[in-house]
Amino acid sequence: MDSVSLKSDFPIFKYHPDLVYLDSTATSLKPKSVIDKVSEYYEQYSANVFRGVYEISEKATEEYEQTRKILGNFINSKKTEEIILTRSTTESINLVAYSLGRKIINEGDEIVTTVMEHHSNFVPWQQLALENGATFKVIDVTDDGFLDLFLPRHPEPIRQAQGKLREESSDQRERKNASLDSSVSASWRIPQNDISGLDKIITKKTKFLAIAYVSNVLGTINPIKKIVKMAKSINPKLIVIVDAAQAVPHLKVDVQDLGCDFLTFSSHKMLGPTGVGALWGRYELLSEMFPFNFGGEMIQEVYVDKTVFKPPPHKFEAGTPDIAGVIALKEAIIYLQKIGMDKVRSHERELLLQAFKRLKSSFGEKIQILGPPNKEDKGGIIAFKFGNYHPHDVAQILDEEQICVRAGHHCAMPLHQRFGINASVRASFYIYNTEEDVDKLVRGLKKVEDTLG
Amino acid sequence: MSIYQEIILEHYKNPHNFGTIKNPSKRSSIFNPLCGDKIELEAIFKKGKVEKIKFRAQGCAISQASASILTDHVLGRIKEDLKKLDKDFMIKLLGIELGPNRIKCALLPLEALHKLIT
Repeated sequence: MDSVSLKSDFPIFKYHPDLVYLDSTATSLKPKSVIDKVSEYYEQYSANVFRGVYEISEKATEEYEQTRKILGNFINSKKTEEIILTRSTTESINLVAYSLGRKIINEGDEIVTTVMEHHSNFVPWQQLALENGATFKVIDVTDDGFLDLFLPRHPEPIRQAQGKLREESSDQRERKNASLDSSVSASWRIPQNDISGLDKIITKKTKFLAIAYVSNVLGTINPIKKIVKMAKSINPKLIVIVDAAQAVPHLKVDVQDLGCDFLTFSSHKMLGPTGVGALWGRYELLSEMFPFNFGGEMIQEVYVDKTVFKPPPHKFEAGTPDIAGVIALKEAIIYLQKIGMDKVRSHERELLLQAFKRLKSSFGEKIQILGPPNKEDKGGIIAFKFGNYHPHDVAQILDEEQICVRAGHHCAMPLHQRFGINASVRASFYIYNTEEDVDKLVRGLKKVEDTLG
Repeated sequence: MSIYQEIILEHYKNPHNFGTIKNPSKRSSIFNPLCGDKIELEAIFKKGKVEKIKFRAQGCAISQASASILTDHVLGRIKEDLKKLDKDFMIKLLGIELGPNRIKCALLPLEALHKLIT
């Protein structure tokens, strides 16, 4: 893969030739084919979908449904109807929390998630548990960013009460810091990605397991297939929802192989337009679920005294969607398929390796990278602490060199609390990044040192 | 123009009025959970004037330099006059252009000051 020549497909580099874009975890850049497709819809067939019998409306509908089909193929969905088009990963997760969660969660049930989740796969479940008197359990991570499922340090169930959140999380931090005593870690050295402790967390009462495929901070690639298999062997009725927002753009994802029940991702992180997300779900489950929004598009028949809903996926797609966005997402997938997801992954792995090497050789102990120390278990994401410099200062000085990184908690406050920090700097890679970008990052960080002393 | 001008860096590296006061007249603190920045102010007031002021801060260079520069400014001034200090004043005092994200860092000490003098 030649990322240098590939840059010419991304018009943003025409306007900012020296841009070093290292924030694809937040949102990716867009290739010309995607941008052109958005214009194509507005210029050539900007009619609403599913409504008109006239030609341009049928054309729009056809293009719209083609995206659903190609999305289904991309993640190896059994049926095209298992793909629901939403506004975002966040909306996809909330859809499940409302349409299924509020149907099946009762007092005494358990919902399990992990401390490495993005807030969008954390807060909906926390709130669902709080509303219904269910127990909210949060799986911890080890110091090197793997899910901590090993018995001696498995987290106690955390039931959080509204209004007490801050106090509880600081207690939680103290408890966790205490358990991170080095002698404890040393005597319980665990194999990476060991999931044998899962039976202490998942029980017959657990209704949902909500888990990220790839952490948006640590970069950890969780062994989803193994986890799903083991979790379902403990409780076959368990529903597993996978937040794949950081996985689908970067790895080959196969929902049938993973064995999960739901999987969510976003268009804008995979070269597509903003405003579009996807939810894949097993058809049997989708059929049983409540609708999410009521209104146009999702109904079959409406009478004064009753309404008959459409079957999935349209049952969950009320209102006029982001038609241009959905249609242009197809071009993003075609673009990725042309490169090949294996190549996307190996390119990012290579950049990660280079970044590990150069950051360590230039800054040694001064730079502390969060998450797995090896490239095999980590996506192209490097979140780090740089000396005692505040992440905002680091990001700001890098910006002076046209290097875009993220500074803050990256929508993962519980994870930062777990590591006892408020914020980190995050650099992330995608197909258009090059080794030169890694060099520029290193040079930029040297400037941070020079400036702040 | 970089926001890390000589004057800002000078105050960040060698902050003025850094520390605590024994038996202060008043104490205030401000915390921004989004970036983890924290400012604590302590002062001794005499006849409505700031006789002594000290700060402690955790945070970025901008918030720390801003605290140092602001505390220099308020020393010896009348409390009532300090109530009028606003965002525009702070921007002028620092002499740098700040985007919408970083302006919050610069204003944190001012927020703490307003709490201190109310």
